[in-house]
Amino acid sequence: MSAAATGPVTMAQDTGVVSQAIAYLNDPLSWTGPGGILELGREHLALTAAAVLVAAAVALPVGAWLGHGRRGGGVTVWLTNASRAVPTLGIILLLATAGLFGDGATVVAAALFAAPVLLVNTYEGVRGADPSARDAAVGLGMPGRQVLTRVELPLATGLVAAGVRTAVVQVSATVPLAALAGGGGLGQIIALGMGTQRYGQVLAGGVLVAALALVLDGVFAVVQRLVTPAPLRASARR
Amino acid sequence: MVSTAAADNPWFSWSYVTENADVLWARTTEHALLTVEAVAIAALVAIPLGLLASRVRWLAGPLLGTAAILYTVPSLALFAILAPIMGIGRQPVLLGLVLYALLVILRNTVTGLDGVDPAAVDAARGVGHGPLQVLARVRLPNALPSIMAGLRLATVTTVALVTVGVVVGYGGLGQLMFQGFRNNFYRAEIMTATIACVLLALVLDLVLWAAGRALTPWLRGRSA
Repeated sequence: MSAAATGPVTMAQDTGVVSQAIAYLNDPLSWTGPGGILELGREHLALTAAAVLVAAAVALPVGAWLGHGRRGGGVTVWLTNASRAVPTLGIILLLATAGLFGDGATVVAAALFAAPVLLVNTYEGVRGADPSARDAAVGLGMPGRQVLTRVELPLATGLVAAGVRTAVVQVSATVPLAALAGGGGLGQIIALGMGTQRYGQVLAGGVLVAALALVLDGVFAVVQRLVTPAPLRASARR
Repeated sequence: MVSTAAADNPWFSWSYVTENADVLWARTTEHALLTVEAVAIAALVAIPLGLLASRVRWLAGPLLGTAAILYTVPSLALFAILAPIMGIGRQPVLLGLVLYALLVILRNTVTGLDGVDPAAVDAARGVGHGPLQVLARVRLPNALPSIMAGLRLATVTTVALVTVGVVVGYGGLGQLMFQGFRNNFYRAEIMTATIACVLLALVLDLVLWAAGRALTPWLRGRSA
C-alpha cells in the first residue's frame, strides 16, 4: 500500500489488484457522473424491484390459489427444482438473440428465475395454514374467498416474506449476469473491467455486487421479521 | 421455441450438434469434472463440519451463518472477487463453486443428524456401542438420506453455476453459450449448450439418486 498518490495514478503493471480496486473505489469520479457506481447502483435496484414485482404479480396469486385449493403441489415443487438446473446465463443470452435486449430482457429473465421461489413459498404458506383455524373460519360461514384473504394469507405472511427475501437477493444476483449481454446495473463494472483487463475494477465490481446482495438480505430479513405476526415467528423460518 | 424463426439462424440444428460434437463433448466433460470436483471437495469439508456442529452445539450457529453469508454473495461477484486475486482460469471458479456448495451440504448434514431418533441412539449405547460405533452404525446411516438430498441439490445447482464462470474465462458449456452470443447471435450454439447443461444436471442427479438408493437398502419399498 505505498500508493501515496502524488500526481495522477497510472495503471502501473506492478500495482496489486487489491490496491487498484481500492484506488478505483476511492476515486470520487468512479462514484458520481454518468455510468458511475451511484447511477449503476440505482439502475441495479430499479431493475431488481421491477423483476421482483413482475414475478410477484404472477406467482403470488397463482400460489395462493393453488394452495387454497390444495392442488398442484407436485408441479410447484417440480418447477422449483427444475428451475435450479436451468442455466440463467443461457436463458439471458437466448432472450438477447430473440431480440429482447437491455433492461426489458434483464427484468424478464430475472423474473423467470424469481417466480418459482415465490410460488412455492406462497403455496406452502397457504396450504400449511393451521387446519383448525381454517375449519373455524368455514364454521363461521366465511365463503372460500374470505377464508383465503382473512385466515390463510395472514397465516402465510411469514413464508411469503421469506420467499420475497430470497427472490430479492436472487434477482439482485441475476441482474449483473445480464450485463454480459449488454444489460445495466453494477454488473457493467465487472463486464467492462474484464473486457479492458482492468482486474482491479473487476474486483471492485465484485465487492460492490456482493455488498449490495448482503445489504438487501439484511434489510429484507428485518422486513420479514416485522411483517410476521409475533406468534408465528419461530415457525416461519425455512 | 421450435425452428420456425429465420431460416439462417434456427433455434436448434442437428447439423450444428453433429459438426461440433468434439467441442461439445470436450466442454461437457470439462463442465462435469469441474462440478464433480467442486461437490466432492465441498462434501469433504461440509460433512465433517456438520458432524462437529451436531456435537458442539454452539458451533452450529456460526458455521451455518458463515456458509449462509457465502451463499448470499452472487456467484458472479464471487468469481469477480476471486479471479483477480487467484488469477484468471479454473482455480477461482472451482473455489467459488466449493464455497457455494458448502451451505446446502452442511445444512442437510446437520438436519439429518438432528433428526436421528434418540431412541435408536440410546438402544445402540445400551448394547455397548462406543461413540464412534454409534456414529458409524446408527447416526450416519440414519442421516444419510438427508445428506444425499443435500449432495443432489448442491450438484444440480453447481452445474448451472459453472456457466457463470465464463465471466472469468472458465465456464465449461457457458463458454459455448457466450461464444454463440458473440458469434452473431448463433442461436443453435447457445440453445445446444443450454440443453446440454440441463441434461448434465439431470444425469448427475440420477446417478446420485441411484447411489443413494444403493446405500440405503433398508429404505427401499418406502417412498422415494
